[in-house]
Amino acid sequence: MTLSPDRILEKALDGERLSVDEGDALFRVDDLAKLGSVAEAVRQKHHPNPIVTYVVDRNINYTNVCVSRCLFCAFHRDLDAPDAYVLSREELFQKIEELLSVGGTQVLMQGGLHPELRLDYYCEMVHGIKERYAIHVHAFSPPEIVHFARLEGTTIGEVLHRLQEAGLDTIPGGGAEILVQSVRDRISPRKCTAEQWISMMRQAHSMGIRTTATMMFGHVETCADRIEHLRKVRELQDETGGFTAFIPWTFQPGNTGLPLRSVGGHEYLKTLAICRIFLDNLSNIQASWVTQGAKVGQVALRFGANDLGSTMIEENVVRAAGTQFSMTVAEMRRLIGDAGFEPVQRDCYYEPVVTRSGSVGC
Amino acid sequence: MQSELLWRLKSHELSDIAEKVIEGERLSLHDGIRLYRSHDIAAVGSLANIVRERKSGNRTYYIVNRHINYTNLCVNRCPLCAFSRDRDAPDAYTLSVDEIVDASGDVERNGATELHIVGGLHPDLPLSYYTHMLSALKERYPTVHLQAFTVVEIAHMARIERTTVTGILRRLRGAGLGSIPGGGAEIFGARVRSIICPRKISGEEWLETARAAHLLGIKSNATMLYGHVETIEERLLHMLVLRETQDETGGFMSFIPLPFHPANTRLAMCPGPTGIDDLKTIAVSRLMLDNFDHIKAFWIMLGPKLAQVSLAFGADDMDGTVAEERITHAAGARTPQRLAPEEIVGLIREAGREPAQRDTVYGVVSQRSGAGSGASTGCGGMCAVQKKDRR
Repeated sequence: MTLSPDRILEKALDGERLSVDEGDALFRVDDLAKLGSVAEAVRQKHHPNPIVTYVVDRNINYTNVCVSRCLFCAFHRDLDAPDAYVLSREELFQKIEELLSVGGTQVLMQGGLHPELRLDYYCEMVHGIKERYAIHVHAFSPPEIVHFARLEGTTIGEVLHRLQEAGLDTIPGGGAEILVQSVRDRISPRKCTAEQWISMMRQAHSMGIRTTATMMFGHVETCADRIEHLRKVRELQDETGGFTAFIPWTFQPGNTGLPLRSVGGHEYLKTLAICRIFLDNLSNIQASWVTQGAKVGQVALRFGANDLGSTMIEENVVRAAGTQFSMTVAEMRRLIGDAGFEPVQRDCYYEPVVTRSGSVGC
Repeated sequence: MQSELLWRLKSHELSDIAEKVIEGERLSLHDGIRLYRSHDIAAVGSLANIVRERKSGNRTYYIVNRHINYTNLCVNRCPLCAFSRDRDAPDAYTLSVDEIVDASGDVERNGATELHIVGGLHPDLPLSYYTHMLSALKERYPTVHLQAFTVVEIAHMARIERTTVTGILRRLRGAGLGSIPGGGAEIFGARVRSIICPRKISGEEWLETARAAHLLGIKSNATMLYGHVETIEERLLHMLVLRETQDETGGFMSFIPLPFHPANTRLAMCPGPTGIDDLKTIAVSRLMLDNFDHIKAFWIMLGPKLAQVSLAFGADDMDGTVAEERITHAAGARTPQRLAPEEIVGLIREAGREPAQRDTVYGVVSQRSGAGSGASTGCGGMCAVQKKDRR
């Protein structure tokens, strides 16, 4: 028998793990403030100090050519499209130099599933960066890694090994969308399966490569699908402990093949709070100001998120879907401070960045 | 609901205020400051929600309306404003009465029940311009409610005509004025006005003019522009003086907190309020203004996402479809200039509230049955139950 929503929330406050049914029941709670206050209490247990972190990085999308052509994506292009591109090494290095000049610590590189570029290309890219710059490389989401392995006719383990050797530090948790195959069949039929996503992450974690996990919601999935997604992430985290953070965001419908209305701030905050409550073994939950805007992004810090993500001096994928917000470090710190937290610049492992002068943070 | 709240607020820093709210006691300036200073926005929001549900239940109002900004010429040229122009500016404009009537041509097609008309303080348009505007609109669209001219414009007309505001209000009402929008209140405190709108009428004059309208039976709204140079105490004093005036006249329909948009204004160095400040302001105003029936989340300035969230923080009104708002957009707002009724209804439903299309004076024009709840339940039944339910 499922408990009443209030009993479920009390259970979460007592630090007990929620079942899938209990998580699902929370989606039927419309009292947003109540969910928020429980998520906030759970966040405090994970992070007793009133600190909210952020990272100074840059999202470099090395190509927009993609054979996956997912319905929810406005960024991908065919190989022969007039606006198809692959960044040259020079462009890549220039972007990294700009990032370093503003105090950036990591570069996030993700791209489309290019039909012709081979593993050597990516290894040389990572190696070229690591050889020139002292920068953390957070790159290649599971669909890209699975794609590299397929093109190369080799195992995922081998691809990870080669990339790690070239200098890859951590892997972003993109391409998770909703880790339920029936949903993926509808929105991203050519992308790696839910099972492949999980097993790639398992393998990376076993090799000591930490990763994040994401969830893109608010399209064709049900709330039960969202909870199933969270269950899979929680289960793998029990096994490996390799996820550094969980990042939920909402589908942005502009220019995509899914003519849906985007979900509002209410649904975002509610889902974020449920993620915080349900994922008892993940320490960090990131707010998505990139999809929600600065206002709701800041409110998320009192709905379970303890990280405001990246300043994103460059972002192309969400922008292609018609949503464009920008943020300076000063603005990010103001939002965090105004929410009642101390802003702290972090690295990719969610540790404070020690600046050159030796002080912590900015 | 209340027991749930006590469950959450026991030994909470705000538990004594919670007690007062549950008992329906009036909050003090000091209570307001403590609510603002609290970082527990969920607690502040759920307190506001108690009052909101006491007054409006689960209902959330919206209106199908159109905005008309008849001129951007303005003798006040307030530093807070990105919309006003001098007479000789290349992009200065004043709409003729014919243009206004034509620009409103879609109100009948769209089922709009209200025209919301505000403009700059034009240096020399006579009262007849305004009365002709109203009577021409009334003649062409007899069923449409004309909510027109902030008290700042009305005081300006009185000055130009060298007569009293009561005289002006009578003439405007005779021409078809239905009610008065709440703009121009900004922050009533003189210190703040001397910085953000030094030539605008004082806070006392604003309240005097509103009182004069209420005495004639003309209802109005009240706004507060926040997030510029004012202190939290100045915001609360603004709310308290409105509460006093409302005790006296009962003429205010709703309170509308307006987050300041600094772009293109002479106060562009102010960053503008954050989302948490917006939600606190909605919630605190709901709690302080115990004699106001409605708190409006003006999505044009809040953004549709935060306006939707504010429905859990004390707001019971999403305002309107708006169509072609110019003033906030001149100040860099990146919100759309209109939302279709279905979009507003979708936002309300997704927040678990029951949408009710209202007229200007909060009579229900049509009630949409049932509240929606998240993606799992989809859009629910969109059948509009036509119901005349004048409260």
